[in-house]
Amino acid sequence: MNVTRRDFIRDGVAAFTLSFAAPAFLADIARAQGVLSRNLVVIYLAGGNDALNTLVPYTDPFYYSRRPAIAVPAGQVLQIGSDASGKALGLHPRLAGLQTIFNQGRLAIVQRAGYANSSRSHFQGTDIWGTADPNNTAGLGWLGRYLDSIPPPMDPLSGWNTSGATYRALTGLTVSVPSITDPANYSFASPNTGAEAINERNSAIRIASSAGPDRPHLAFVNTSAMEAFATLDRVGSVVGYQSSVTYPNNGFAAALKTVAGSMVKGVGTRVYWVQTGGFDTHSGQGNAGGGGYATLMSTLGDGVLAFYNDLQNQGLLGSTLMVQFSEFGRRISENGSQGTDHGAASVMMAIGGGVRGGLYGTAASLDPNPSNPTLENAGSDVSYETDFRSVYAKVLDGWLGTDSSAILGGNFRAGAPAII
Amino acid sequence: MRSGDALLDHLFRRAGFGANAADLQAVAGMSYPAAVDYFVDFEKQPDDVDSKIGSPDYVSITTRGQFSPNTNIEDARQRWLFRMVHTRRPLQEKMALFWHNHFGIGYSKVAGAVGAVVGTKMMANKAGDLAGPQGHSGLLRQYALGKFRDLLIEVAKDPAMIVFLDGRTNTKAKPQENFGREVMELFTWGLGHYVESDVYAAARVFTGWNLRNVPGANANDPASYQEFLYNGAQHDTTAKTFTFPINGGANTIPARTAAAGMQDGIDFLTSLANHPETGRRLARKLWNYFVSDLEVPDPAFVEGVTNVYIQGDTDMRAVLRYILRSVWFTNTGNFNARYAWPAEFVARTIKEMGWTGFSVDTARTPLTNMGQTLFEPPNVAGWQLGRAWFGTGAMLARMNFAASVASNQKFNLARSFSATDRAQPDRVLNAMLQRLTPSAFSTSESNELIAYLNAGGPWTGSDTQMNAKAPGLARLVAGSGQYQFV
Repeated sequence: MNVTRRDFIRDGVAAFTLSFAAPAFLADIARAQGVLSRNLVVIYLAGGNDALNTLVPYTDPFYYSRRPAIAVPAGQVLQIGSDASGKALGLHPRLAGLQTIFNQGRLAIVQRAGYANSSRSHFQGTDIWGTADPNNTAGLGWLGRYLDSIPPPMDPLSGWNTSGATYRALTGLTVSVPSITDPANYSFASPNTGAEAINERNSAIRIASSAGPDRPHLAFVNTSAMEAFATLDRVGSVVGYQSSVTYPNNGFAAALKTVAGSMVKGVGTRVYWVQTGGFDTHSGQGNAGGGGYATLMSTLGDGVLAFYNDLQNQGLLGSTLMVQFSEFGRRISENGSQGTDHGAASVMMAIGGGVRGGLYGTAASLDPNPSNPTLENAGSDVSYETDFRSVYAKVLDGWLGTDSSAILGGNFRAGAPAII
Repeated sequence: MRSGDALLDHLFRRAGFGANAADLQAVAGMSYPAAVDYFVDFEKQPDDVDSKIGSPDYVSITTRGQFSPNTNIEDARQRWLFRMVHTRRPLQEKMALFWHNHFGIGYSKVAGAVGAVVGTKMMANKAGDLAGPQGHSGLLRQYALGKFRDLLIEVAKDPAMIVFLDGRTNTKAKPQENFGREVMELFTWGLGHYVESDVYAAARVFTGWNLRNVPGANANDPASYQEFLYNGAQHDTTAKTFTFPINGGANTIPARTAAAGMQDGIDFLTSLANHPETGRRLARKLWNYFVSDLEVPDPAFVEGVTNVYIQGDTDMRAVLRYILRSVWFTNTGNFNARYAWPAEFVARTIKEMGWTGFSVDTARTPLTNMGQTLFEPPNVAGWQLGRAWFGTGAMLARMNFAASVASNQKFNLARSFSATDRAQPDRVLNAMLQRLTPSAFSTSESNELIAYLNAGGPWTGSDTQMNAKAPGLARLVAGSGQYQFV
């Protein structure tokens, strides 16, 4: 059957999903719904990123005394200047990619982002960053609530999770963000071919669309099937995307390349979720050149730079904002395993054509004196200075053009760093 | 396939991975309580499943050179899937999967630290197959329905766990909190029952719990292994104080000599395992696994399970017998009231659709796309369950796996219908729904399935038509939402 644009607007997604091919105008609708065709790419560093080795306070003597094995030598940091308190800071030597972007004025680094009484649990911490409510780890996610707020018709590809896992941040009431790790695997298989396969696909779609609210759990599963049917062709269009740069050969870079491809193909996605793991560095972190943390940093820096350059070449940098977070930072003092245990505040970053680059917030003094106000937990951990929700508010208000108070359930604009 | 008794079918889906004809034969004529005992007292059935690997009447495996399930993780995954499909002790396998999710050890980190061969042995070496201790999954099977306290202590000494949560570098000079935290947050009573100072003290308790390396000729020598070693020289011998009682007494583990210091950890784990809050946390997880993940745990269930757990000295066999005979489990409202885990979906699809000439290796990549790679939970908390299994890509992977098995079993499926059944589309559907066991289709959904059989030309029941329609129908049923519940 053919679905016209008018049918679609009249009948919504249900009518649309009866057709096989996704009409090209869907992306147009998605674009037209926003104030601007802006994308948000959320980058999650899974495991609790050791912010002090990402952004190194290389003139703080306590940094070296408390991290004898894993401190990045001052001579090797990539200097990027001083923050508002006059503290000199440098990036990890494997973050040359981020230094390049910083020097172009398109990387904003927010120091000591977090919240009071930071959870040291990965799972509770990730949920808190997801709900944007330290007192509620079970509600809807801030990105899910944002996607819920976009006027209908709901597009099942308005969000795109490039990881296989599900995150609370993406949990919405009406929107279910698809998890699509590899567009090449995203196709419909049948034991038959030709007309018989089409009969089968027709039947599958009709059966999946039949469960009503009286069978909510079945309807939930069926919705994911329907969204698969409704997005197959648009996602398929991303397969074989020819990027303008060569991406590094790892899962994080592959996900970013997929994101770039979907932007170039105009699939209409508003919010992307990309993650890279391994940040739970309890052991074998290494310092500058070697060890696990150096690998994490090059994965991050090289992948982001490739994506940044690709978008710039494709003319999409101005419509893209990357926001990076992690569930917590790590202890200041290293443990006996050349690693660090779970800590408190960490670092956030924003990257994109609309970003006002620079260093935001002030670095902690790492003096273990228990009265040091920039630390907590008897001088063990870095205290937060910038409420992470104020960064969310800035992104929602200033980038996505929505009302952050409505999405976040309160006004968190105070103290927001002027990153965009 | 269905037995004709919905309660027995429910038992097979929940306490096992579904039923094939041989499974139903094994419990034929039993009362329901006797069938529960059949599952729970699984030692009465032989543990011979691995000896069937490679036999013609069983699901296939794919060999790359030599089949090496103790030293190659892909082969270890194949062996586990084979066991799920063909075990004669389904509840043992089902609980091993439950504990795998509970302890959340991921192969990648282990192998990254000790290499692929020793790492696979740590995860999957079958007791007695190769030199060294049995792997983590063997431990989970051995203690599947043992005392939880014993399991907890064994897992704390398990080389895979010691590598995974960094026990090797937990020394008296620099205690390492990873295991000390997770053992409270995830393995026993959960958040809310301890504070940060307890985490520090717990880390000190386990200082010196380490490994001894027994190298082979090289890193790829299957004789290489590591085993548990308590190193008293690295144990913090001073007293450790908690905010809760240890072994029902004071809040302090006393100072001990280095030689006697391993008892600190045993005391600490014993206290955690014996605590009613651990019983409650396990009860809630068992509710979600065996009873329902659509409804929150009934408080009466949680208290009932906890009582059995405490009175039985943490014995999981008593707990499972209680659960499977309980009013909550047997309530028809809880039939098909749980979202199937990918491994369950895969094993059941194979068991019900057929396996002759199908290799479980074919299921490995689809399982990853569905979100469940065996031996590789996403983190120490295990997989996200329930609705979280049903991302769009994951559901597509399920539908496509159903298509893959249906395609592979095309002719077996086509020939499985009697002459009477294949005479009419509605009889074909009824026979298919006896073979596959989805939750109920509505009348209109059943009519859609019949419409599929009638689509493309008049019904004749010819071989040609059955060769197309039987696998197409099997794929529609196994790829339906109704089939994603157990």
